[in-house]
Amino acid sequence: MNTVVLLACTGLGLGALYFLVASGLSLIFGLMDVLNFAHGALLSVGAYAAWWAAGDGGMGFWLAVPFGTLVGTGAAVLLELVLIRPLYARPRDQILATVGVGLALPALLMGIWGADARPFPQPAALAGTVRLLGAVVPVNRFVLIGAALLVLLALRLFLARTRYGLIVRAGVEDRAMVTALGIDVRRAFTLVFAIGGAAAALGGALAGLYFGSVNPGQGTGLLIFAFVVVVMGGTGSVTGAAVASVAVGLVQQFANYYTAAGLGDLSVVVLLAVLLLVRPRGLTGRLA
Amino acid sequence: MTAVLKRWWPLGPLVLLLLAPYSALPLPGLLDGPLGSPGSLQLLALCLLYGALASGYDLLLGRTGLLSFGHALYFATGLYATDLAMLEFRLPFAAAALFGVACSVALALLLGSVGLRVTGIAFSMVTLAFAQAGAILVQRNPGGLTGGEEGRSAPADLLPDSLVGIQHTANLYWIALAHLLLTLAVVHWTASSPTGRVWAGIRENERRVEVLGLRPYGFKLVAFVVAGGLAGAGGVVYLLLTGGATPQAASSDATLALLVMVVLGGSGTRWGPLLGGVLYTWAAHRLGDLATSAAVAGLPAALRVPLSQPLLLLGALFVAVVYLLPGGLARLPARLRAGRTGRTADTAAVPVSEGVA
Repeated sequence: MNTVVLLACTGLGLGALYFLVASGLSLIFGLMDVLNFAHGALLSVGAYAAWWAAGDGGMGFWLAVPFGTLVGTGAAVLLELVLIRPLYARPRDQILATVGVGLALPALLMGIWGADARPFPQPAALAGTVRLLGAVVPVNRFVLIGAALLVLLALRLFLARTRYGLIVRAGVEDRAMVTALGIDVRRAFTLVFAIGGAAAALGGALAGLYFGSVNPGQGTGLLIFAFVVVVMGGTGSVTGAAVASVAVGLVQQFANYYTAAGLGDLSVVVLLAVLLLVRPRGLTGRLA
Repeated sequence: MTAVLKRWWPLGPLVLLLLAPYSALPLPGLLDGPLGSPGSLQLLALCLLYGALASGYDLLLGRTGLLSFGHALYFATGLYATDLAMLEFRLPFAAAALFGVACSVALALLLGSVGLRVTGIAFSMVTLAFAQAGAILVQRNPGGLTGGEEGRSAPADLLPDSLVGIQHTANLYWIALAHLLLTLAVVHWTASSPTGRVWAGIRENERRVEVLGLRPYGFKLVAFVVAGGLAGAGGVVYLLLTGGATPQAASSDATLALLVMVVLGGSGTRWGPLLGGVLYTWAAHRLGDLATSAAVAGLPAALRVPLSQPLLLLGALFVAVVYLLPGGLARLPARLRAGRTGRTADTAAVPVSEGVA
């Protein structure tokens, strides 16, 4: 029982991390048809910014996380304005450009701070454990879950209650029609990139807490699982991404523990292929 | 005369490449030792191998318009299957190599026939998923077969004597060159065959090909299997060149590197992918040497950081090529010519760079 609770909490924490990466990825792909291969790099940028702020920047953990999120948001907006927007008429080149950025950014981080994992400072309030149903669970799992729930709530409110949320929803549904109605969708593109970058960077800062360290390849390693979540949840669907990330996180944790190590990762990846083949429309799902 | 020159000029570089091992020409800056030294030949052979792999990959990307993110899987299959056939079944090298290529072809046929049921970005992600599954399998070392992180080195006793040892690097170099020629011949021949014309049609507009009464599925599968087989043969050459199989060959970075090579050189052109593969491999190695040199370590941070990370420079170069030079380096001469003859020619050159890319 103890093990099951611990695995479930860890799986949910991992799922929360996936959600933070995948929600932005899903919105970006749903609205703009851009599969953002640089999204993992944005996570790494957020993680390193938070790590730097907490250590060398002397900000302390509670300021470092917003700082990391802010830096990641800035990087995402810059990416959209400088690289994605000029290539608007060449969709394949947009993807290739994000591949290039996805290669170059981790290399840049590696060049500045080295390839080795750097220990992430844990604030005393979050370093402990909680007893839950007899199991000893690290607190940081709940921090991740809480952050993901907040982001989910904020995104739902934004999409349902604001004018820009309406434009984003309409754009996912039918971009050409929104443009025909005289609304500049490109502003929504930048906005969606900013939101996605913020969520990913927040995920990066909290991933430092979860894994205990940051390394340049962290984000890219998480990206493939975020792809699985996007496809499973249906593109453009934030709620779908939330459900799918919980499922993927749990499946991965339990399969990794109860069967041979690595089988969980493998099963999730195979799940991606199977889903795409059985339900190819999963990539063009509707907003929910 | 010029017509003959236009058709047969590749023979010149080919003869030069064939004779390279006999040359002691020093190329300071380009290569560490003289041209015919084992170290230089090894690097040249790797350049030719990646040129060939990129050319084979372009059969999918540039000729048929299929964006596969899992091409490294077939390369790694050829590599590991050949190695394991020698280690586990004690097959002689020639039989093991045949077995390796057959495995690549079979796997490409199987996964291609499944993956090509979906199109567009879904296909890209299915190939990514398959390749990632392969990479995880290799990493996890099932039954001690793949050797995990360390990989498995090839058994020297089963390899022909003429292919083992530093004094025989020239033989490996010629094998890499032969693989390149084979790849170029296959790509050229298939692309100009009736099937190749259908590939070009699929690349431009798949729906129209269907309207003409042809099923794109079968044609795409042929491209996928041919490219997979060529990559498998590349894996065999890589095994000989590096003397073992390592999991880096199966990683998604390996596929992304091929993608970068093809786009850098110019996808859909005859020489572009080769050029891109050679340049990328050479740059990655030379920049890697530069990164660890004492001269770089003494530079200020603003210069040291980019110079110590080959992937940063190559990634930035890649983005720049995508952004500024659609069509890759192979289109550079045509663009320069168009730029020189004025603005009217410039507008006329646009369909060329868009159409065949």
